[in-house]
Amino acid sequence: MADAHYPDELLYHDQHDWARLEGDDHAVFGITWYAQDSLGEVVFYDPPEVGATISKDASYAEVESVKAVSDVIAPMSGEIVEVNDSLEDTPEKINEDPYGDGWLVKVKLTAPEERGALLGPDEYRKLLENS
Amino acid sequence: MPQLFNTLPRVADQALRRTPLYEQHVELGAKVVPFAGWEMPVTYEGIREEHAAVRTHAGMFDVSHMGEVEVEGPGALAFLQRVLSNDVAAIGLGGAQYSCLCNEQGGVLDDLFAYRLGGDRYLIVTNSANHEADLAWLGRWSRGFDVAVRDVAERYAMLAVQGPHARAIVSRTLGLDLPARMRVATARIGNRPALVCGTGYTGEDGVELLIDPEVAPPIWAELLDAGVVPCGLGARDTLRLEVCFHLHGNDLSPQRNPIEAGLGWCCKEQTGFVGAEAVAAARRDGTAEKLAPFEIEGAGIPRQGNPVLAGGEPAGAVTSGTFSPSLEVGIGMAYVRADLAEPGTAVEIDVRGKHRPARIASKPLYPKEK
Repeated sequence: MADAHYPDELLYHDQHDWARLEGDDHAVFGITWYAQDSLGEVVFYDPPEVGATISKDASYAEVESVKAVSDVIAPMSGEIVEVNDSLEDTPEKINEDPYGDGWLVKVKLTAPEERGALLGPDEYRKLLENS
Repeated sequence: MPQLFNTLPRVADQALRRTPLYEQHVELGAKVVPFAGWEMPVTYEGIREEHAAVRTHAGMFDVSHMGEVEVEGPGALAFLQRVLSNDVAAIGLGGAQYSCLCNEQGGVLDDLFAYRLGGDRYLIVTNSANHEADLAWLGRWSRGFDVAVRDVAERYAMLAVQGPHARAIVSRTLGLDLPARMRVATARIGNRPALVCGTGYTGEDGVELLIDPEVAPPIWAELLDAGVVPCGLGARDTLRLEVCFHLHGNDLSPQRNPIEAGLGWCCKEQTGFVGAEAVAAARRDGTAEKLAPFEIEGAGIPRQGNPVLAGGEPAGAVTSGTFSPSLEVGIGMAYVRADLAEPGTAVEIDVRGKHRPARIASKPLYPKEK
C-alpha cells in the first residue's frame, strides 16, 4: 500500500468515500486511502446489483477485511450502471489502488447538484487531521 | 472481546494499560487497538501475512496482557482440585494442563492453563478480561485451604513464539533447552529468572515465554533479528479459530457450561470441583445446544452474533466468525440446536440480512496435516 494520497480531481464524502464525476450525470465511486488503511487487507466486497437505486449518505455496499466490516456510503444519489466485477476475485485491489483498479461502482446520478455538498481534497485532508 | 475489531480501529486511549513492549509495537508501525483494557497491537504488516508466518515459519505475539496467578502451599493441590474442572492431581512436576474455572451452576468463568512449578506451587495463566474476577473468585474459594493465592501479573511479560520453526529459533537465539509440548521449565532469559511453557493458541508448535518485563524489549529485538515475524491479536484470533480453540467472552461464558462448549474432555466431575454436579447433569442429560464449527460455502464472512438458520428457522447464533486466511473462506463457531451439531449438516448464516449457505464441520477446521 502506498502512502496516504487524495487525488485533486476527486470529490470526497466525510464517510471516507470518493466520487469521480464523468460528464454531467455519471460518476465512479470508491473508498479513500484512509478508509482502506483503517480496514486493513480487504478480503471481500459485496457489491450492489446493477440497476439498484442508491441514496446519498446511505450504505450501498460492504467491504470486509479479516477483522472488520464496513458499510460503504454513497457520496451522491443515483442508479448503479456498472459494478467492478474484478473485485470478486481480487478484492485486495481496493487496498493496492483505491482510486484506480479498486473502484467500486459506476452510477447514473439522479441529483448531480449534490456535488456541492462534497469536499475537495484539501477539506477532506483537514477533516482527517481533525478526527 | 474481538467484537472490538469489528469497528474501525480508533485512536488509542491514554487511560488504557500498555505492555512493556508498547514502544516496540509503535516503532514497528503496528495498528494499536483497545483490547480488554490494554492497548494491544492488532496487526503490523497485515493479518494474512502474519497468519501465514505462523503457519509456515515463526511468529511472535506480545501477550503480556494475560494475567498470572501463583498458588502455593500445602493445600495447593486440594484447592485447585476444588476450583478447576480438570484432574489437577494428574499434573506432574513441570506439567501443564488446560481447565475450566466454573461457577456453581457449571457456567464457565474462565478457561486457563495451570502449570505445576513445584511440589506445592502452581501458576495459572488467566484471560486478561477475567483476571481480576478470577482473583476474587480464587480468593473466596481458598478460605479453609492452607494456600496462598498471589496476583503475579506484574512479574511477567509474556511472549508467545509459534510456528514450525519457532522452537528451533528460540532455542538457538536464547540458548535454551526447551520443554516438550505441555511441559513447563524454569530458565534464565535476559539473565533473569523466566518460565518456558510448551503451550500455545495457534495450532502450531511453539513456546510461551514468561519473562521479566524489564528484559522484554531486548528479547523481542533478538527474536526479531532472528527472523521471527511480529504478529498481532488479529492473526492470533484467525489462527486459533482455524483450529477451533475457544475464546472466553465469545465461545465460552458464565451462561454456558463446558459440555455444550465441547470441553467435556477437561472436566473430571469425580474430583468434586465447584460446578461438577451441574456439569455431570449436562453430560448425562445432554444440552439443548452445542458449540459447532462451520464453514461458509461461497461468499460471506460470518461475525459474532449472526443468527444461524436451519430450514429457514432460527437455530442458533455465531460466537466467533472470521475470514480464514488458510482456507480463504468464512469460518466460525456457533451454538446450534444439538441435533444440528453434526459435521456435514447444512445450515445458513444470516450475515447482516443475507443468508449464506454453510456446513457444520469437524474440528479442527484447518488440519495440520494436508
